[in-house]
Amino acid sequence: MGNLFGSELRVVNIGLKSFHTTLETERVPSVHVDWRPPLVADDDAVAVIEANSARIRTANENAVQKILASRPALAGMGRAIDVVPGMNSHTLLHAGPPVTWDAMCGPMRGAVIGALIYERLAPSPEEAAKLASSGRIDFAPCHEHAAVGPMAGIVSPSMPVFVLEDGSAGNRAFCTMNEGLGKVLRYGAYSDDVIERLWWMEKVLYPSLRKALECAGSIDLKSIIAQALQMGDEVHNRNRAATSLLYRALAPAVLRTADDREAAAGVLDFINRNDHFFLNLSMGASKLALDAARNIPCSSIVVAMARNGTEFGVQLAGTGARWFTGPSPVPEALFFTGYTREDANPDIGDSSITETAGLGGFAIASSPAIVQFVGGSAGDAVGYTLRMYEITTAENNVYKIPYLDFRGTPTGIDVIKVVGKNILPFIDTGVAHRNAGVGQIGAGVLSAPPEPFIRAYAALADSLSSHKEQ
Amino acid sequence: MTVSGVLRRGEYYDSVTMMLIAKRVGAVAGVADSAVVMGTPGNKSMLASSGLMTPELAPAADTDLVVAFRLNGAVPLQDVRAGIDGVFRELRSSKNAGSVTAQSLEGAIGILPGANFALISVAGAYAAPVAMDALRRGLHVMLFSDNVPVSREISLKTFARDSGLFVMGPDCGTAIIGGVPLGFANVVSRGPVGIVAASGTGLQEVSSLISNAGSGISQAIGTGGRDVKKEVGGIMFLEGMKALAADPATAVLLLVAKPPDEEVVKKIVAAARGTEKPVVAVILGASPEMFAGSGIRQTSTLEEAALFAAAFARGEDPSAVADRLQKRNMEIARRAAGETAGLAPSQKYLRGLFSGGTFCDEAQLICSALPGGVCSNVPFGVSRRLKDHSKSEAHTVIDFGDDEFTVGRPHPMIDYTTRNERILREAEDPACAVLLLDIVLGYGSNPDPLAGILPVIGDARSAAVRSGRRLPVVCSVTGTDRDPQNRSAVAGALQAEGVLVMESNAAACRLAAGIAARKGK
Repeated sequence: MGNLFGSELRVVNIGLKSFHTTLETERVPSVHVDWRPPLVADDDAVAVIEANSARIRTANENAVQKILASRPALAGMGRAIDVVPGMNSHTLLHAGPPVTWDAMCGPMRGAVIGALIYERLAPSPEEAAKLASSGRIDFAPCHEHAAVGPMAGIVSPSMPVFVLEDGSAGNRAFCTMNEGLGKVLRYGAYSDDVIERLWWMEKVLYPSLRKALECAGSIDLKSIIAQALQMGDEVHNRNRAATSLLYRALAPAVLRTADDREAAAGVLDFINRNDHFFLNLSMGASKLALDAARNIPCSSIVVAMARNGTEFGVQLAGTGARWFTGPSPVPEALFFTGYTREDANPDIGDSSITETAGLGGFAIASSPAIVQFVGGSAGDAVGYTLRMYEITTAENNVYKIPYLDFRGTPTGIDVIKVVGKNILPFIDTGVAHRNAGVGQIGAGVLSAPPEPFIRAYAALADSLSSHKEQ
Repeated sequence: MTVSGVLRRGEYYDSVTMMLIAKRVGAVAGVADSAVVMGTPGNKSMLASSGLMTPELAPAADTDLVVAFRLNGAVPLQDVRAGIDGVFRELRSSKNAGSVTAQSLEGAIGILPGANFALISVAGAYAAPVAMDALRRGLHVMLFSDNVPVSREISLKTFARDSGLFVMGPDCGTAIIGGVPLGFANVVSRGPVGIVAASGTGLQEVSSLISNAGSGISQAIGTGGRDVKKEVGGIMFLEGMKALAADPATAVLLLVAKPPDEEVVKKIVAAARGTEKPVVAVILGASPEMFAGSGIRQTSTLEEAALFAAAFARGEDPSAVADRLQKRNMEIARRAAGETAGLAPSQKYLRGLFSGGTFCDEAQLICSALPGGVCSNVPFGVSRRLKDHSKSEAHTVIDFGDDEFTVGRPHPMIDYTTRNERILREAEDPACAVLLLDIVLGYGSNPDPLAGILPVIGDARSAAVRSGRRLPVVCSVTGTDRDPQNRSAVAGALQAEGVLVMESNAAACRLAAGIAARKGK
């Protein structure tokens, strides 16, 4: 007790704010905690987690080390059916946790219809819908096939995909090429122009880019993301810098390998016109890093957060392939002219893989250009990133935030911290219209819903109880 | 009338902020009746029984904020909802202003390296895990929260003792560590008296009186009232004594408690024997023989204890203090006789209305000799229990800090509303001979006590005058001139209004009891 009297009092105040005001008046070094009750009040589960804290810590260190060690690179391209594991001619991959046709939201259904028309499996939207509901299409989450897709996230067998490789863990990940803004398949649009563009991407863009990549060799995505963070991107809602850097890396190879000048210009123009061209790659790079940390028993690190427009799903390193889900919330957003919150679809897409990897909303302090989406001030953006350090295990070794004196991005979400501190992951995202085919109607932010984390926590506690008996 | 609700998922505010929100929601145009609570099963059934439950609130969980309201029909529902949203928007914009805030204990330690003390005032159900987290991280703990199960208190205190750490509380309202006032505490001089107290108001009274007597406090350790009882066994009371015995800045030990468990008394005696330093104790309601032969100087009031300790601190013999107090008490008796002049024949009874629980206990001891005894909502010593806490019987003293008065309200040291209503009612009672009040100053208490009480005292006295009576009001003011409210300023303003302001609760009780006793004859 002597050390209580002997040293200067440095006080953490948890609870009534007025007590902290007193400490400030008295000039006592102190910090106030904006405390919130934990999400889980099940004493038994909490006791199991506490009793296993040493094993969990070791497992988490292992998991985070693998995430940080990942060296994602863009290695090449291929057709989904040829390169994506476990795909057949009737497979459609979608964003988020598993979902049936009946439970799919408007934009997801629209994208499925569009993909079936694109694949020439159905001649019309009506026929496509009939086929989709017939049971003859195998729907599966992208995440279960080493892939990720933005918004509806549909990957169909003929679609060209980027092939990403992790130089460290040796695993691969796959993602489609980003179609651009406006009426696009990922927002559920399936009109003729959307399908025409997809065919053009398959017939013209894909071969050119594939040849260019073969010529350019492997492109280090980790380096591009690291640079982009210092140029104002957080690589989820803003990809302008990363797209530009990729363009610089690709342009000479495109010119060298193109059949003619017009073909080269067409390819480069397509990339140049789409500020989000890099988004799919930042998602793929995030997926690669997190997949390296899968299947580490006892680990409470989150390896996937993904939404199918109906449900929000979470997977942990320590609980295998299980999904923990809850209703997907509608983001708080700024809407394009003519649209309101009433028009918005619940949150959708695999793009929250960027947040899971410590980018996107977690790195929003890097991206002052888009702070309007997060409440208007740069201070708010910094506040969001700072909060995310509360629920993560490490700071990234390569991805740094200039404004925070090049502090590493908050990396490795720990479900125990999420639940114990009642701080939910922060996501910045695009917003889809709830009806198929309308497209993007705004951009905004949201906190992940609590239910998936509460369920994941309970399952981890269960797995720890049984693990002990072995 | 339409009932509606707003469910704000995952939002949480401390209890004081919740009351502020409730007040503002109640003031939104178009709201007839409202409730702002967390969505616990208990709160939801409370809403249901008061007719404020709606289907949209059904999915609320413990961690969701629920606003339920009834419309008065004057304003459309959507405007009312917008008004309620506005309350939260304002709150959010003020929340971000000012100093650095952490989101968790872990985050706070990152911001404040070397943090060594956690002041915890979260809701009781959550307090023990937060406190254990702090102890595991090597922080001393002051646990302001109440409603912590005694089993958790024991495990916290045992863990702390074995780790060389302190746990003050649960239900520890005040402490002064290294000169820093914590919780509800007064700004007192530093000096040689070290206090261990299992009573919050008691600690405030003795530390203020010692400071006002020209001495000062080295450390004032609160333990929470339950510490000295059988289950907890005085773990922290004894650790506190040990720490003060070893503290070079402490020359005198002052112990404040209600009667401890017998085993704890033995341990206290043993701890007192282990130090050369003088030990003064005030154990309200204890037999004067409790510490017989132990060398502990036992006193009967908080005031006496404070003045004895101050005398020891000056190296003086406290018997001179005892003589002085005796003379002062005779003076009070004479003054009481003077105050009875002009009271109506019907005015027979003392009515003591307290914000400090220990003051209410002390009042019952000092007034116990009044003819017919004393009634209270929290009977102590030989007092009888009031049949209905809202109705006084004969001589009555009320503790407004007791649970029946504080559910959903700030403590009466902060918010005078409930006691003020009672002051007016007592003034209307022809049997009321004298009002006995306490005002507690210091951090945490009502920042502007005069604005809170002067108008009511004025109204009470004129109500009595209208009925042909004169109503003496006796009041103690606990605090110092360095408190934010300034004791001299408060006492002076009360005196200017004719209030009989006394230097201590004991003195105020004696004066009021003297007035009531003379009238009772």
